[in-house]
Amino acid sequence: MISLVARRILQLILLLLGISFIVFMSMYIAPGDPATVIAGPTASASDLEAIRTNLGLDKPVLEQYFNYLGGILHGDFGYSYQTGQTVTDAILTRFPNTLKLAIASMIVATIIGIVAGIISAIKQNSWIDVTSTTIALFGVSIPNFWLGAMLILIFSVNLQWFPVGGLNESIFSISGIKQLILPAITLGTASAALIARMSRSSMLEIIQSDYIRTAKAKGVKQKSLIWVHALRNAMIPVITVIGINFGSLLGGTIITEQVFAINGIGRLMIDAIASRDFPIVQGTVLLVAAIFVTVNLIVDIIYALIDPRISYD
Amino acid sequence: MQDNAALNWKKPKAKKKEKMLIQTIKRLLKNKLAVLGLVIIVLQVILAVFAPVLVNYSPYEQNLSETQLGIGSPEHLLGTDNYGRDIWSRLVYGTRISLIVGISSVGLGLIGGLTLGLLSGYYRKLDGVIMRIVDLLFAFPGILLAMLIIAILGTSIVNVAIAISIWSIPGCARIVRGSVLSIKKQEYILAMKSIGASNSRIILKHILPNCLAPIIVFATMRMATTILSTSALSFLGLGAQPPTPEWGAMIADGQDFMWTAPHMSIVPGIAIMLVVFAFNVVGDGLRDALDPNMNLDV
Repeated sequence: MISLVARRILQLILLLLGISFIVFMSMYIAPGDPATVIAGPTASASDLEAIRTNLGLDKPVLEQYFNYLGGILHGDFGYSYQTGQTVTDAILTRFPNTLKLAIASMIVATIIGIVAGIISAIKQNSWIDVTSTTIALFGVSIPNFWLGAMLILIFSVNLQWFPVGGLNESIFSISGIKQLILPAITLGTASAALIARMSRSSMLEIIQSDYIRTAKAKGVKQKSLIWVHALRNAMIPVITVIGINFGSLLGGTIITEQVFAINGIGRLMIDAIASRDFPIVQGTVLLVAAIFVTVNLIVDIIYALIDPRISYD
Repeated sequence: MQDNAALNWKKPKAKKKEKMLIQTIKRLLKNKLAVLGLVIIVLQVILAVFAPVLVNYSPYEQNLSETQLGIGSPEHLLGTDNYGRDIWSRLVYGTRISLIVGISSVGLGLIGGLTLGLLSGYYRKLDGVIMRIVDLLFAFPGILLAMLIIAILGTSIVNVAIAISIWSIPGCARIVRGSVLSIKKQEYILAMKSIGASNSRIILKHILPNCLAPIIVFATMRMATTILSTSALSFLGLGAQPPTPEWGAMIADGQDFMWTAPHMSIVPGIAIMLVVFAFNVVGDGLRDALDPNMNLDV
């Protein structure tokens, strides 16, 4: 197990280096001169030259990359071309909202997905199963930005149960929770559908296995059979889906934040792309990708821990 | 042994292939959801091809005296938007855009993925390098990778197609590589090698056709993801620009008029959902019809 963890961490470090290189190079080859973005189109040639020297843009590309990498290791992601704020500050002020949204939607998706999947499997081919499977199919097909707009229309505009947008209240207050519910459902629906489908098929497979049949023959009660004997094994592949989905949810927050006017990483990134504020784009992409691969690594390790049959050799 | 295998080897008869195809179609048609999906896709294609015949107004034609008309208006079946443009016309022309972007980006992604997957699976020396590149592309959540590419190329629907095609490459490459690795160990491939067939002939004539089943399923599922992502990126303002009648952009336009004209967002949203649903269920159906044990996990 230790060698597995060590090997995967080494792979993660290499992957992070690769990600940082891609992110750096993508902004390097992007058309447009950062000096012009900062100083404006009317700046003189000498001013532009001074800015380039100041930012180190006159140095060879590899040297620029290593300087960038060195900066990252010291928590320095550069400065926003638009506001002059450090990228670290810009990200840190918005990241909590993104994280809140991703975690809340993960909770929503996991609870709905697992419960729906298990009930579907237990009541296989019943109307509950058919309804749940059909909803799950639509759940993966529904555009989340549209779902968000529809939820706002129904629950915020017409029923006025929830606020239209924003995420500025504490999540430990009623108004904070109210702000979080619609975005979490919006972002979590597709994941809930995937988790439900996976839970259902995994549970069905386990229910039909020999050891469950034996337990049944020995007179184990239905409830104990499902919740004690079957559930634990059935959840192994589901945990992987949940873990992988968490990374995708972080990507998905970009869209949901826009729908609900939440001041998070996603909105920061979209604004930065529109204004060609490359350091912000670099910083946000790097952060989300780094979290994504780290979560995948943790999922791999948890998977190996809970199922000793799994080997990555 | 290998020589004997080579001598005894005969090209599978065309009839056998036809029979397999018919069996696959029969299995697919037994799946009610897949049939429903096929019907929706065919309707979408009809709308896209015959768009000019099916609409009475240009999707760009503004009529400021008839803005925000509701669904079921006498002259406008699905109402009008805030500029008085006919929503049915925009929806039908939007079908064209989503199909064109879907087919082109899935096609480009397949070309890239197939090339990398075939090379990686067949040539062991290239495998390490190609798979590390694929791993690196997998390190980005899909939509993020697309946005990064759009940040470089600029915002437009063409760049969205390019971005999504690049996003499709790693998934396709992994599936193809997996198939190639299992196919190249088969006896008939060893036999081809022993009678001196060139690598390119083996790859293109004997390995590639046998990888097609998982690729067809991947491409169908990918169409669903592509249509969803294209509309999402246009919704964010990174794809189709006004006044292009793209479904995601139409939802974004409608967001400001949610109180007064909710149909502006509702109609294109339902269109996206139906089409994505159709490709998803057809993909599911094809997977079951082609090979129930097929593993498409990437």
